[in-house]
Amino acid sequence: MSNAVYRTNAFGRGVETAGAWLLGALWILPLAYAFWTAFHPGEFSTRFVLASPLTLENFVRAWHAAPFARYFVNTIILCAMILAAQLVLCTLAAYAFARFAFPGRALLFALVLVQLMVMPDVLIVENYRTMTALGLRDTIVAIGLPYMASAFGIFLLRQTFKTVPAELDEAARVEGCTPLQLLWKVYVPLARPVYLAYALVSVSYHWNNFLWPLIITNSVESRPLTVGLQVFSATDQGIDWSIITAATLLTTAPLLVAFLLFQRQFVQSFMRAGIK
Amino acid sequence: MTRTSQWLYGWLLLLPAAALLALFTHYPAAATLWQSFHSTPRAGRGSAFVGIDNYRALVDDPIFWQSLSNNLWYAGGTIPLSIALALLMAVWVNGKIAGRGLLRLAYFTPTILPMIAVANIWLFFYTPEYGLLERITSAFGLPTHNWLGSKNTALGCLMAVTVWKEAGFFMIFYLAALQQMSPQLADAAAVEGASRWYFFRRVTFPLLMPTTFFVLVNAVINAFRLVDHVVVMTRGGPDNATELLLYYIYEIGFRFWDPAYAATLTIVLLAVLGLAALGQFGFLERRVHYR
Repeated sequence: MSNAVYRTNAFGRGVETAGAWLLGALWILPLAYAFWTAFHPGEFSTRFVLASPLTLENFVRAWHAAPFARYFVNTIILCAMILAAQLVLCTLAAYAFARFAFPGRALLFALVLVQLMVMPDVLIVENYRTMTALGLRDTIVAIGLPYMASAFGIFLLRQTFKTVPAELDEAARVEGCTPLQLLWKVYVPLARPVYLAYALVSVSYHWNNFLWPLIITNSVESRPLTVGLQVFSATDQGIDWSIITAATLLTTAPLLVAFLLFQRQFVQSFMRAGIK
Repeated sequence: MTRTSQWLYGWLLLLPAAALLALFTHYPAAATLWQSFHSTPRAGRGSAFVGIDNYRALVDDPIFWQSLSNNLWYAGGTIPLSIALALLMAVWVNGKIAGRGLLRLAYFTPTILPMIAVANIWLFFYTPEYGLLERITSAFGLPTHNWLGSKNTALGCLMAVTVWKEAGFFMIFYLAALQQMSPQLADAAAVEGASRWYFFRRVTFPLLMPTTFFVLVNAVINAFRLVDHVVVMTRGGPDNATELLLYYIYEIGFRFWDPAYAATLTIVLLAVLGLAALGQFGFLERRVHYR
């Protein structure tokens, strides 16, 4: 943007730049503090001496203090399972809404959109009852099930599928494609960037989700990282902040590293998911 | 393709998603309403129809009223502040500012962290005497203060965490919208001699209305949906000062095991979300500038 042509003065510019940097510093401060505490011995956790020795001891102790390896595996299974189910279910449903004329389509679409407001996150009491009835309590499947049919995913893919030109459709049909072949060969490849965007949003959402997993799980075998971290830091083993912040950084590390490496894709994905 | 096969295909493609949605969204919503008119089964007694008794109890429950008012304060405080900050951040990192890449990174990073981790970090930040906040205030000679342990500051502390986490997220959407805006608009305004503030107020901001609408809907939902930080930082205390509606539902449902009353509270939460949806559509229908 050619902002430079505005009637502005250098002083105003300077104030704005300073403001932006002050806000940026404020935004990074809590995180920087956590890093400081996690990478220094306990006695330096609140003493900011530049010469204080760096250590990985806190991470080692945190890793051995709770079954984080198991929690990692659980979270990865959870995210992969939810994403795989979402991709299949949402693709099929979005294809139906975008390209097939059937009675009740508008009403059914409205019913799907209800989930954008009434999310599984607030229906915890009844969903807990349902999981108990299904005998699924305290399983990874139970954490994922309510999220597998995602209104957001259906909506996003329907919008994308609707932009596929009808001529492509016709051409493939003349070639003798069945509707499912058409979906697989034309629609899915064309929507690849949207799939990537949706996948990133979905994985970061479910990696971070907490309340429902907290309620529905109560064993090491099914707990995801977020719940494991909470169980670890809430137990009354004396509050050792060095270890707790190390554990906190440990559990978020994969996401943080992935974000730093693929910053551009992340940001563009969130944008794409938001613009619709 | 014949009409019947169109129908059949449509329905069959939809079936798996529709079944799961019905089971975990529509059924529980309806069941919540049904349960709210029944009593919680206790030893020796099954669940019975009790009419509006649960709602009567609700009206007489001071903690419910406090959690509702806390939640409204929480929403009223965090939503405008995080949206305003998001807009400011977006305008800054969209322009030619020194260190733009680093600033974007700083603003956006809190967004990808789990709320639970964020809450842990901030819990340490607020710790009496040892926390960074206490060390800063004591450097200025201020008396020590238990930020999360005091009724007057606890909710404010949670609100700061929320704003910190959400502003960067909303910034992304504003940034996307700003980047799609035609640079000719700015050039034309500059030729006319419009100030930046005037241009922002009369051109940029109105053009950003659809984005503001989208962000607002998300912010409202989040204000009532996300209570992870309450679990970690305050557990609703001190003296219910940080009791938010969903956290209260969680307590009633899973710590006091009273699902009927929890269902009644959930109906209130659903009503709030529904009202918010209606209000937003009604208000913005007239004001949003659709392209």
